[in-house]
Amino acid sequence: MRRYALRRVLAVPFMLLGVSVILFAIMHAAPGGPEAVLMGGNLDQATAARIRANLGLDRPLPVQYVDWLLALLHGNWGNSYLTGEPVTRMIMEHLGPTLELTLVAVLVALVVAVPAGVVASVRPDSWFDRLSSAAAFAGISFPSFWLGIMLILLFASYLHWLPVEGISSITGGGIWDRLRHLILPAVTLASTQIASLLRFTRSSMMEAIQQEYVRTARAKGLTERVVIYKHALRNALLPVVTVLGLSLSFIVGGAVLIETVFAWPGVGQLAVQSVFSRDYPVIMGVNVMIAAVVIVGNLVTDLTYALIDPRIGYE
Amino acid sequence: MSDMVRRFGKNRLALVSLAVFAVIALVAILAPHVAPYNPDAIHLGQRLRGPSPAHLLGTDSYGRDVLSRVIYGARVSLEVGFIAGAISLGLGTALGATGAYFGGAVDLWVTRCVDVFMSLPALFLILVIVALFGSSVLHTMVVIGVVAWPPTARIVRSEVLSLRKRDFAEAARAQGAGSARIILRHMLPSALPSVIVQGTLFVAQAILLESGLSYLGLGVQPPTPSWGNMLVDGRLYLAEAWWIATFPGLAIFATVFSLNFIGDGLRDATSPQHRV
Repeated sequence: MRRYALRRVLAVPFMLLGVSVILFAIMHAAPGGPEAVLMGGNLDQATAARIRANLGLDRPLPVQYVDWLLALLHGNWGNSYLTGEPVTRMIMEHLGPTLELTLVAVLVALVVAVPAGVVASVRPDSWFDRLSSAAAFAGISFPSFWLGIMLILLFASYLHWLPVEGISSITGGGIWDRLRHLILPAVTLASTQIASLLRFTRSSMMEAIQQEYVRTARAKGLTERVVIYKHALRNALLPVVTVLGLSLSFIVGGAVLIETVFAWPGVGQLAVQSVFSRDYPVIMGVNVMIAAVVIVGNLVTDLTYALIDPRIGYE
Repeated sequence: MSDMVRRFGKNRLALVSLAVFAVIALVAILAPHVAPYNPDAIHLGQRLRGPSPAHLLGTDSYGRDVLSRVIYGARVSLEVGFIAGAISLGLGTALGATGAYFGGAVDLWVTRCVDVFMSLPALFLILVIVALFGSSVLHTMVVIGVVAWPPTARIVRSEVLSLRKRDFAEAARAQGAGSARIILRHMLPSALPSVIVQGTLFVAQAILLESGLSYLGLGVQPPTPSWGNMLVDGRLYLAEAWWIATFPGLAIFATVFSLNFIGDGLRDATSPQHRV
């Protein structure tokens, strides 16, 4: 176990290094460098050369890369070309709303998917099982942002129950106002995870129900309720939580679109804005940050799984 | 392989999905003959008209016929889906098979690349590349295909890994067959069923990615209709013209839903013991 953990932890810096190389290469292979962004595109050769020299863009690429990486490691992520604001501060400001959104979405997904998966697994091929699996398939078959648009159409435009977009009213309205703004985006983001969680809970439960310990529990005369919820579900939940951890990258990816639909001021929106304005330092910063979150999230998932389930091989 | 076809044929849901998808594909191919109007014809006098006998799915903010645009959009979306799918399957299969077959340092590099690529959310990476290199239909499908190869590489790698040590590979090698020949003739055919399943599901994924990218304004550029960029207009006029956003969304849904069911049916058909 210790060796496995050590190896996984040691791999993290190398993976981040790989990510940084890929990002750096993409940025520098792109036509029309940062100087064009800074000057709005129309500038003479001499000015362009001067700006390039100022930004250090006239040096060999490997030198630029190492410099950038060292600065990154020292916490100097550069300043936005557009606003001059430090990239780290911009990311920190946008990270909160994204975390809020994703955490609530994951919670919603779990609350819906796990009970539904359990009920479906207890009575396979019942109407509930068929309906829930059809719904699960439907859930992964439309673009999540389209569901968001449809929800806005229904609950905001027609029924006027919930706000159309944003994280809070301009006038500010306390926790209740905040919650009302959170509902639609969180449900939309959750919808992308419910399908896979439900299917996974169901198959994991069906496997658990066939195990010896469940038969033993039944033989002891425990009620079906206790057998299912206490004995089977506890064991079945482990792989479910793992799946959730490993889909972190998809959840974060989905947040990009959903934040755009709902004008949610999170990291996804920052990424889209920076990409449109070709704000290089911000693009790099956001992507490195996201990759770090995903890599560490996957690591924690793997290690927790290995720690809890002694049957896992570490090879 | 014929076993697979037979088992697939017994799956009613998968067959219905196949039929639905065939109709969508046919409509896309025959678009000029099926579409009632020119998808780009602008009639400012008929802006934002609701569904009516003249315009079954209504008109958009330029007075263009939504039905015709949905039909032409099918062409773009399916094209992007299939070509991106072919690129990612090709790349993934080649890299996965090479890594597994040669093992050692080659394999190490392939698996490291897979890990690194999978730690960047695909949409973020695609977003950056398309934004910096410019957006067009061609860029959209190439970028989606190039970014999404790792899952296929993983599947093919594990398949080839399990075959590498088997007797038939050894026999082929003893007969003097080269590495390329052993991989292509003896190993990939066994990996083919899982690659086909993966491919079907990925085409669905690619269609969803395209719609997302186009929604952000970075995919297929207007006036070329794609299901994704039609939704942008739809979001803008949501309150007064619900039909603009609704119908392209339903088209995406029908396509992806049927592809997912076909993929699921194929998976059941290839590995009946692994039915979930």
